Amino acid sequence: MPRKKRPKLAVWKFASCDGCQLSLLDCEDELLAIAGELEISYFVEASRAVVKGPYDLSLVEGSIAAPHDVPRIQQVRRISKFVLAIGACATAGGIQGLRNFADVQEYIPLVYARPQYIEALETSTPISGHIQVDLELQGCPINKRQLVEAVSAFLQGRKPVMPAHSVCLECKMRGNICVQVAHGTPCLGPVTHAGCGALCPTYQRGCYGCYGPKETPNTASLSAWLGSRLGMTEPELLRLFRTFNAGAPAFRQESEAHEH
Amino acid sequence: MSAASVNLGDEVVMEPEVLQQLLESLRSQGYQVIGPTLRQGSLVYAPLSSLADLPRGWGDAQEGGVFRLRKLKAPIFFGYGVGQQSWKQFLYPPRRRTWQARREENGFQIQLPDEDAVKFAFIGVHACDLAAIAVQDKVFLEGPFTDPHYRARREQAFILAVNCGHPCGTGFCVSMGSGPQVTQGFDLALTEILQGTRHFLVAAAGSARGQQLIAQVPHQKALPEQRQAAANLTAQAARQMGRTLETADLKSLLYRNYENPRWDQVAARCLNCGNCTLVCPTCFCHTLEDTTDLTGTQAERWRRWDVCHTVDFTYLHGGGIRNTIRSRYRQWLTHKLATWIDQFGVLGCVGCGRCITWCPVAIDITEEIQAIRESELTTPPAAKE
Repeated sequence: MPRKKRPKLAVWKFASCDGCQLSLLDCEDELLAIAGELEISYFVEASRAVVKGPYDLSLVEGSIAAPHDVPRIQQVRRISKFVLAIGACATAGGIQGLRNFADVQEYIPLVYARPQYIEALETSTPISGHIQVDLELQGCPINKRQLVEAVSAFLQGRKPVMPAHSVCLECKMRGNICVQVAHGTPCLGPVTHAGCGALCPTYQRGCYGCYGPKETPNTASLSAWLGSRLGMTEPELLRLFRTFNAGAPAFRQESEAHEH
Repeated sequence: MSAASVNLGDEVVMEPEVLQQLLESLRSQGYQVIGPTLRQGSLVYAPLSSLADLPRGWGDAQEGGVFRLRKLKAPIFFGYGVGQQSWKQFLYPPRRRTWQARREENGFQIQLPDEDAVKFAFIGVHACDLAAIAVQDKVFLEGPFTDPHYRARREQAFILAVNCGHPCGTGFCVSMGSGPQVTQGFDLALTEILQGTRHFLVAAAGSARGQQLIAQVPHQKALPEQRQAAANLTAQAARQMGRTLETADLKSLLYRNYENPRWDQVAARCLNCGNCTLVCPTCFCHTLEDTTDLTGTQAERWRRWDVCHTVDFTYLHGGGIRNTIRSRYRQWLTHKLATWIDQFGVLGCVGCGRCITWCPVAIDITEEIQAIRESELTTPPAAKE
């Protein structure tokens, strides 16, 4: 039987730490199957061998944070049939999105010895702010289970199992006891998108929201409780919502509500 | 000491240490013995290997959004109410593969899971949770469609109930008629009494399996004052309920208050996180998830717990039906206390108080009902429009 033609996979990096694309290499057990089903055509972190586009599936990591990113993401869209944005940078602007709350020109000389070499946009924005994205995986970083599910669904032409509910469901299904109710540990689980498998609460830590907002998050109500009952101050609440997903609209609005 | 048989409902007295023999006897009969124990700094239900695993000398303090263990002065075995978990996780597990299929040369082969009919012995089941199991029995075992997996586990389960003898911060079993005294649905019921230096268990069998178990351990006929002490314990607990819920006319109350402005107020607080539903011992909703492997040779269908607080819960082509938090909270509460009656002939609430304790922002089902009732006193629904 002749080998079927495999869909071509490309992996693109924008402003990011590379952690999300590394979850593809982290697949280990599934990696051979992925390589068997997809022709890994452009993945410079893994191989210098490049196969020309167009590509059937493009994984896009990172945010749009520099002027040259803008035409490049348009080019990625033009040569990709399906764009899967992966991680908090690509879906919410990432930790570098903290610049959106300040003046990036003030930061640059503090960080770089020769600021004249740095070309940065005033804001760091998600991929969906620039092109049509077909599917987003939230998380800093995404996990490999989620990635394998998204790729399997793409290959089989089915809907991925990717519920947008709270981390609380994952906690309760694992048998975790609620760290906030049982120990008074502030937890963002009730407003945070599932997908991590409730990693932090499983180890008795409060969720710090690295998977970004869930669907219809009621951040104001949770903040009110964390402030009035668990004693968090306004600056603490601001910082709580202003981390990896600071630019996600629900978290941005909540952190801004605590600016004074 | 006698090995003579006891009649159903007859109260006998045992030394507390006899519990160890009860556990061993159940284990020797092939039961997986599950009971309360301390883990994750809280109360969980987990396999018990010996009496030492029970949270002896521990109690709890509960209020809306807060659960704390507290050390008791009395070294009793059953000095606490219900924690976050319930027996539902064993009879109706959070995730279960319903079937899988394997692609073959011509077509595909379906494989059904083996019915893993684990024999559970549940130790320390409170009256509210017995009532909850009875509600889930109606859901899963009555009507035209029954759940064989639930049935297999349920029919084999041995239930060792305990009468509740301490104040319950968020519970309202008295209002719901479900406790604190256990009345039915158990194999063996215990009441633990500590009076000064006298520490004993008053036990009653509720089934032939319970009778057999009592017969295997040292026991004596309970004296009138010992039976009285047991009755006093639950009577005292009944007077110390943290919450009450007026159940009269609940169904029509909710049906005529579909547009009550109170729903907007609770929706402003509700996180729609699903915790109330997940910790509820009667909530039974689930979704089905279909997955494949990367190569498309293996497909699986999983049943997993779902909650009516998500948009996906009502997804039809094009979107969800209940898109506001208001409509989703209203659905949850109205189902519990009104439409459940139409569907199953009973209320969907047993008054265990878990949804109040484990709500991260302390939304209180009894307070919501009371507010709706009071709103009718000021604005009779007939006078609206």
